[in-house]
Amino acid sequence: MTKNKNLTRLRRTMMFLSAQRPGLIKDAYIYGADSLLLDLEDAVAENQKDSARFSLYNALTTVDYRGTERIVRINALDTPHWEEDIRVAVAGGADGIRIAKCERKQDVITVCEKIEQAEEEFKKEPGSTLIMAALESPLAIINAYEICTTCPERMIGVAISGGDYRKSMGTKYYPDGNEIFAGRANMLIAARAAGVQCFDTVFTDLDDEEGLRRETQFIKEMGFDGKSLISPKQIKIVHEIFTPTEKEIRSAEKIVRAWRENESKGVGVFTVDGKMIDIAFIPGAERIIELAKASGVYEGDL
Amino acid sequence: MLLKKPAMAGTLESSDAQVTISPKEGGVDVEIKSSVMYQYGRQIEECVRETLKNLNVDNAYVKVVDQGALECTLKARVECAAFRSAEVDNGYPWGGAIK
Repeated sequence: MTKNKNLTRLRRTMMFLSAQRPGLIKDAYIYGADSLLLDLEDAVAENQKDSARFSLYNALTTVDYRGTERIVRINALDTPHWEEDIRVAVAGGADGIRIAKCERKQDVITVCEKIEQAEEEFKKEPGSTLIMAALESPLAIINAYEICTTCPERMIGVAISGGDYRKSMGTKYYPDGNEIFAGRANMLIAARAAGVQCFDTVFTDLDDEEGLRRETQFIKEMGFDGKSLISPKQIKIVHEIFTPTEKEIRSAEKIVRAWRENESKGVGVFTVDGKMIDIAFIPGAERIIELAKASGVYEGDL
Repeated sequence: MLLKKPAMAGTLESSDAQVTISPKEGGVDVEIKSSVMYQYGRQIEECVRETLKNLNVDNAYVKVVDQGALECTLKARVECAAFRSAEVDNGYPWGGAIK
């Protein structure tokens, strides 16, 4: 299996859409989210699971999403739906599958085996379907590292699912985020240790723009790659926050250039604008430049 | 594919279509209600007939209430109604009879 080049693509925004609603999914690429999460799970009523799959299949095979990533959220493994969900997602050529309520390594293995079968059945290239796991319970957070390191050839990363997580922790949403901080932090550490991406939960109050801004700034500072969204109107705000400022880009450029120059002279530690720089600062600076390039605001030549 | 009972799929939301399929003898009858009947009536009927032909459904009574659905939506609703009518709920032939 060759390494899928889409594993590490830019995913600042992943927007949920019910696969059952044609009005939503037919032209969802116009909003500009990095990824679409076509939902077969919670957004679809129990007696419409079949209907959502037909709608999903026809959208995947006929709508041109213009490069927007299409990830299908499948039903949890304790439901009668997940196997058929995987078949239709793979047959339709989805870019990836989001495992709802993933709690342990075995859940990932089970899904990967079914995906492998489906890729064979529908003659898709082996390894072409990526996976990501939604962590929604304390057990899932405890097992985050083993989840992140399973099926590495397909594993994009993990996302925390705030609604169910808060419920299972016996708490609810608070604007300061203290109630979910431990979950976010532990998942993020696990994801970074495993070298995979990490995504934050949805922000459900569509009228609270300030709250979304605050929460997104916070998780960006923590080190998250992006956030799950429930509405197109949230995309712009999150992209803005994840796009490096000109000042950040200039400073990152300076650091990378200075590093290259000094390294060739055998100097390992030096100062840039009065601040000490050594090798530990380089990955962060390179990441800012990559993000600037991906966001279309980079004009330099690094 | 053999239809067994009347079945419905889709909604009356904008951009959707509600499709009802019932078993009957002697070919496929299609009844369409659409606000764009004059412009698209023929295309809607063709899409329904083509979809059923792919599914090997030769006998059916089909009623479509169209709310401005794209062809891919209409096709999805016809397929869903047909499989519900045939009482099949897994192992669908994606990429085969479901083109």
